[in-house]
Amino acid sequence: MDSETQKDTELEPPSIIDRYYTRWYRADMKGQPCEDHCILQHSNRICVVTLAETHPVLQNGRTIKTINYQISNGCSRLNNKVSGKSKRGGQFLTDFAPLCRITCTDETKYTIYSCIRGRLLEVNENILERPNLLLEKPSTEGYIAVILPKFEESKSVTENLLSRKEFESIVSKRDQQPQAS
Amino acid sequence: MLPLKEKDKPIIQKLLVAGCCARCILRFCCVGVQSAYRQPEQVTLQEMQAFVLKGENEKVQDPAAAASTGEDNNSHDAAEVLEGPPCKRVKLDPGDHADPSEDEKSNLGESQVCVACLGILQDLCGTNQAVKIADTVKAQKYEFDSLVLSISLPAQLCVREHSCWLHVKKEVREKGLVLDKDDVIQVKEAFKWIMQSLVAKELGGVAVVGKSGFEVGVEFTHPETDSDCHFLAKVCPDCFKPTKNKQSVFTRMAVVKALEKISDDKFLKQYPCPPARPACSCVPQDVQCLHVSVFIAGRYNKFCRSLPQTPWLIDGERRMESSVEELIAAPILTAFRAGGFNFSSSGREDVDVRTLGNGRPFAMELQNPHRSRLSKLEMKELQETINKSSDKIRVRDLQIVTREAMGRMKEGEEEKTKSYTALVWTQRPIQKEDIGFIDEIKDLTLGQKTPLRVLHRRALAVRQRVIHSMNARYVDDHHFYLRLKTQAGTYIKEFVHGDFGRTKPNLCELLKTDTDILELDVESVDVDWPPAIPE
Ligand SMILES: [Zn+2]
Repeated sequence: MDSETQKDTELEPPSIIDRYYTRWYRADMKGQPCEDHCILQHSNRICVVTLAETHPVLQNGRTIKTINYQISNGCSRLNNKVSGKSKRGGQFLTDFAPLCRITCTDETKYTIYSCIRGRLLEVNENILERPNLLLEKPSTEGYIAVILPKFEESKSVTENLLSRKEFESIVSKRDQQPQAS
Repeated sequence: MLPLKEKDKPIIQKLLVAGCCARCILRFCCVGVQSAYRQPEQVTLQEMQAFVLKGENEKVQDPAAAASTGEDNNSHDAAEVLEGPPCKRVKLDPGDHADPSEDEKSNLGESQVCVACLGILQDLCGTNQAVKIADTVKAQKYEFDSLVLSISLPAQLCVREHSCWLHVKKEVREKGLVLDKDDVIQVKEAFKWIMQSLVAKELGGVAVVGKSGFEVGVEFTHPETDSDCHFLAKVCPDCFKPTKNKQSVFTRMAVVKALEKISDDKFLKQYPCPPARPACSCVPQDVQCLHVSVFIAGRYNKFCRSLPQTPWLIDGERRMESSVEELIAAPILTAFRAGGFNFSSSGREDVDVRTLGNGRPFAMELQNPHRSRLSKLEMKELQETINKSSDKIRVRDLQIVTREAMGRMKEGEEEKTKSYTALVWTQRPIQKEDIGFIDEIKDLTLGQKTPLRVLHRRALAVRQRVIHSMNARYVDDHHFYLRLKTQAGTYIKEFVHGDFGRTKPNLCELLKTDTDILELDVESVDVDWPPAIPE
């Protein structure tokens, strides 16, 4: 059994995302073309919000100027603190709660949203120091935030999201159409 | 002879009229002579009636008897005083006490059930009960040297006791200035005095003692008078707050607390004094036997990558057919004939992780074992039985330990070291020289955010953990074995794949390529408990 595992992995590089997470997508967030988000849901219901590889931030060799978790005058996701096993004190997010705003060096601006309901556990402060992480490893070290859905909603939170297959078919159709922008 | 004194007479008279049994009257007279309770209740009643009557017939004796009441009525002296001439006279004249006895009975009405003990110190306290208790114990085939008898009484008995106390409080205090409610012998106490020797006899002379690891519980209920307590909830609502586990808020504890708070006036307004006569006796419930837990310890190996340590349930459904604890526990439960168990260990491994080397210390509490002593040889045989039952696990150093010793396993757990071997995959092709530097790294401190895979059930925190040393063994251009010696509590998987950059530094950073962990083995858990047992 052990040697089999090893053979398999030689053929196909392993991935902790494939092993433990399910990928869910939201395409064209809030009607903004190609602003696709990807949610990685762990089997323990924890969700990691990331940029889908098709997101404009990751296209056309863009580079990032700033990432800002201060989403309004009164609210910064950086102030989020959770305590204890029950994660008391974490900000509660709905599907379209903004998480951060990204400004690229070409002055394009993008807002990243939570995509799912749940309690905000943490945001990724590493990308503030090294914005390139987001460009180099958007689905792992360049994650945006970690969200814990309510226990009773752990299945239903992804109902409005696209499966990987659905998302891929949307992307391929989109690619065939002449782009408006 | 009953150790009663002149000043007991008003108490006896009042309680006889109130409908108390003879043994309860002894209790309220604060008689602490156990043998007085052991004689048949009817005999005691007759003697008591004779005693009261004798006083009425021979007022002449009063001064003498009164003189003796200053003494401790529980003492042997007091008993001797009462063996004086008056009692003898009563004995010599059976006709004299037979008649008033009849009179008393007709006064009492039809029910003979005691208003204070609800029959517990009457028919529910004797050889029949002792036989029933002994039969239950024998049927369950417990192994034990001694047993303790415990008794559970309906809570309303406290209310009735309080009512009786208020009824004779004045008389009891006159009997002795220092006497108070606490000096009244408790129903429980009297029951044990009577039953302990009877049960011991039925079980062939086993010691029935005040403290033992083997407890035999007798429970009585009395549905007829359950509502006796209810008025207390209105008077003292604070004492009766609903709790999850209890069926009724009227627990004995709560009732006792409420009775301490309530004033005599209030009590007397809401509850009859003396208590109303019950129609029937208490109902004895099934006899419950409980042996104190036995604790055992050992070390286990886990050779299988699809075996969880404990049953793995997702949405109430089993994910794997077995578990380490179940494989170990099954033969042990059989050997000790235990009712249940609690398993604990020095840390735990994931379902896909093997535990090799000397194994991982574990301990088990065996609940209600019917057998509690196994010899060293029998323990060794038990260990062999476990090891033969499955090739997925292996147990060594299996032994009986004390509850206190179990703490040694958890103590200092954080400071202990653990050794692992991980099979690592690298994205970038590697050569032997690329991983040589790993061996040079000593005492590398990691900052580990609570891994995402456990974050749903643990608090979010950054924990400092030390990797004391590492050793890399090249396999091929994408694989190598990494041996690690770490502080307990280090998350190895996260150190290798980085957990979205949440463990820092991580192996990806050190090797400047993505790395992943394919297999993990625990090589040693360096906890020196339990002591090793030579094979
Ligand atoms: Zn009684």
